[in-house]
Amino acid sequence: MEDLTFRHTVRARAGGTRRLAITGVVASGNLEVLVERVLPETECLLEIKTAAEGFGQVWSAVIADFVDRYSPGGLRLSINDGGARPDTVSLRLAQAIRLMEAAP
Amino acid sequence: MNATVTSWYESSARARAQLLLDPGSLLEFIGPEMREVSPHLQVFDLPEQFDDGILVGRGTLNGMPVFIAAQEGRFMGGAFGEVHGAKLTGLLRAAKAIASMPVLILFDTGGVRLQEANAGELAIAEIMRAVIEARMAGAKVIGLIGGRAGCYGGGGLTAACCSALVVSEQGRIAVSGPEVIETNRGVEELDSRDRALVWRTMGGKHRRLIGGADLFADDTAQDFRNAALELLRGAAPFTIDTLNAEQARLEERLRRFGNCHDAVDIWTAQGIAHAESVPALPADRFIALADSIQKPLRDAR
Repeated sequence: MEDLTFRHTVRARAGGTRRLAITGVVASGNLEVLVERVLPETECLLEIKTAAEGFGQVWSAVIADFVDRYSPGGLRLSINDGGARPDTVSLRLAQAIRLMEAAP
Repeated sequence: MNATVTSWYESSARARAQLLLDPGSLLEFIGPEMREVSPHLQVFDLPEQFDDGILVGRGTLNGMPVFIAAQEGRFMGGAFGEVHGAKLTGLLRAAKAIASMPVLILFDTGGVRLQEANAGELAIAEIMRAVIEARMAGAKVIGLIGGRAGCYGGGGLTAACCSALVVSEQGRIAVSGPEVIETNRGVEELDSRDRALVWRTMGGKHRRLIGGADLFADDTAQDFRNAALELLRGAAPFTIDTLNAEQARLEERLRRFGNCHDAVDIWTAQGIAHAESVPALPADRFIALADSIQKPLRDAR
């Protein structure tokens, strides 16, 4: 297992008012993303526990793309990863943002 | 999400619970944000899941307050670990204390999580005791089975302790799984790669026909919801008469079918014409057939 942490300063707060959401499941090639609206509005924190070691650079690129695209200000995203591919990670992160924007 | 078109088999544990209960009524206990993860998986360098593979909570079903537990079959095969088991035990003990609130258990499990085997085996023992004690206190415990992991091992034992069960075609109920039987008894006993054999031996249609499950549901959340409502209305109270009726039911089943070598032989002995065509029947026709052959019992279990 490998733990990775990414902290970004972002331009705007994430949409919606929901405090909490979860999507995905920990399985082979899959991951779960737990989102909590607990940070100041210009900060975003991602904490990842992954079964696939040595992919820190790929994670860094996927996260940077996600932060740039969605500006997830105020969100702490906690990830348990079962070795998902980068496209699956991007999909789950997008789903997590969409869930936080949904009506409570 | 629309319950009438959403596959139970394909849904996550959380989606099943949300679709089964009245919209917006689900309140989760010890949710993923509490991070009550397994204390054992780290030792094996295995990833954890924030809810340890089971959701527990309460909600309403047609306005009636119920407790609910839903296993996530895709996380480690829905297996029972220490935390996973403790969450279900706690829910059942709450049902015992309140007595009037039924419990819905959405099984999706291969049994005990072998990485935490001792804790998992203990959890199964505690859960079975808690099911019986909840039923003795007056709470009905309904099992719903139609997930990708089926309901095996300690899950199968726990299901057998419930007040009533509903199963879909995709659901399988047994204790030892097909691979385990083949490993221990040889391929002559059971060829685990023969999927048709596995399904007609452990699958939902067979379990319904021999009375192992009380109702058969099509693979939609709405069908499971309707079945849960029907079982909550009909399940027998837990008394000595109920246990005696269950014993009589099992003795009669053994007497009638004990010499059959295949599920098709049993179905034929039950008087089903063209029994070999049962696996191919669509849900509505199968339900009509099952209701004509094996009336859901209301006095046993």
